[in-house]
Amino acid sequence: MGFDPKGVFFCPEPEIQLSSVIFNEKDISRAVTRIAHEILEKNKGADKLALVGIRTRGATLAQRLAKKINEIESTSVSLGILDITLYRDDLGTSKQSPEVKKTDISFSLEGKEIVLIDDVLYTGRTIRAAIDALIDFGRPATVQLGVLIDRGHRELPIRPDYVGKNLPTSKSNQVQVHLKEDDGVDEVILAKALSKKE
Amino acid sequence: MPITLKNILGTRDLAREDISTILDTANAFKEISTRPIKKVPTLRGRTVINLFFEPSTRTRTSFEIAGKRLSADVINITGSSSSTVKGENLIDTARNLEAMNPDIIVIRHACAGAAELISHFTKSSIINAGDGAHEHPTQSLLDLLTIQEHKGSLEGLRVVIVGDIAHSRVVRSNIFAMKTMGMDVRLVGPPTMIPFEIERLGVEVSHNLAEAIRDADVIMMLRIQTERQNRFLLPSLREYSNLFCLTSEKLERAPEDILIIHPGPVNRGVEIALDVMQDKRSLILDQVTNGVAIRMALMYLLLGGSDNGLN
Repeated sequence: MGFDPKGVFFCPEPEIQLSSVIFNEKDISRAVTRIAHEILEKNKGADKLALVGIRTRGATLAQRLAKKINEIESTSVSLGILDITLYRDDLGTSKQSPEVKKTDISFSLEGKEIVLIDDVLYTGRTIRAAIDALIDFGRPATVQLGVLIDRGHRELPIRPDYVGKNLPTSKSNQVQVHLKEDDGVDEVILAKALSKKE
Repeated sequence: MPITLKNILGTRDLAREDISTILDTANAFKEISTRPIKKVPTLRGRTVINLFFEPSTRTRTSFEIAGKRLSADVINITGSSSSTVKGENLIDTARNLEAMNPDIIVIRHACAGAAELISHFTKSSIINAGDGAHEHPTQSLLDLLTIQEHKGSLEGLRVVIVGDIAHSRVVRSNIFAMKTMGMDVRLVGPPTMIPFEIERLGVEVSHNLAEAIRDADVIMMLRIQTERQNRFLLPSLREYSNLFCLTSEKLERAPEDILIIHPGPVNRGVEIALDVMQDKRSLILDQVTNGVAIRMALMYLLLGGSDNGLN
């Protein structure tokens, strides 16, 4: 309790929780397993299937999905890694050139059912760039989209085919996906920023 | 680590982190040249002018291909087709090109300092593609990329550079860059072709090729620049090749995994024997492939941010 200069009683604001874990290791593992089954169900097996992960955490998720699909179908599904930096629509707006990493798609896309994998779906601009990049490698039969978290706020007409979790957020929130291979821990964190993001 | 340079005038200005960033970026760009559609939209709407006052096949084509694979518009101007033949000086040429708002001007010129000179008169980024006997930074960077690819890391590697050290801009750029990356450089050539007190750049000098390559990791052969040999530096080409031509016989004393590089163009049989050129340790064509990746990386790093180098 306090007393403000105008002589009115007020209560101090409750402490705002800055971040909370909304998806733990188990949750992520269950989502990956379910999505693997959904992909196989929709594509009627893994014959023409290929997974393409978007760097960095989409690539990690794609690896886990591929492993899972290989276990289920006892096959070896094609796996690619895409770096979308060179296709971004905001080049020249950040202060310095964003870091470019290797794209590695060593199989032909012709006639393949491609599932793009990313960690968080937000504005949809990353996916737009990824589709543009994919088309430069060939003409797949279909391009589908799988994401671990869909947080809404789309700025382009893009929707996911496979979703781990729909997470309603405010634009000032931050969603961070941490994966063991990249960050040492499996979790999804929703961070609520106190002040507006820069 | 992003680089904060506006121009690439020489490797002398490049910090270790800058060189690492350039090599890492180039490594990622290599894959684009192996795709069926060798083009990314990254520099769409940007303009690159290639201003070449000296003859060149490799470097000019490499810059042109690099720009085009990034979707930039590339314009080539060669010395003989420019207004220089009408008497326009370099500064006026640069100012006139600047008035057409290019984003990058790549320049090769016979005078040392030409690239730096025009950089004072333009807002565009300048890339030095060779200025006299001064620097040729992109050649050095592609040499480093080629070496790094085959040796894993650059730190501590022993490099022997053989030939006309005095006239070579490739050597100067390589000495600066290699010393920055922690490599040992040994220069080999006839005394008339090795500048007085070059040791002050932190290099060793030797006049015996077979001896110098015994413990080397990389051997770089330089072209004998026959167009610049009017100053009696050599009794004859034949004597030079007897002493300094890299033959399989001389190579026998070198380590098994030595890498052989040459900036090109090659005078077969003068500085390097035909069978050595075709040896599997010779990376002369890998260097050319890597040249495109290095130039793509530099264009991207110079133009990919809003204020690269301007702060």
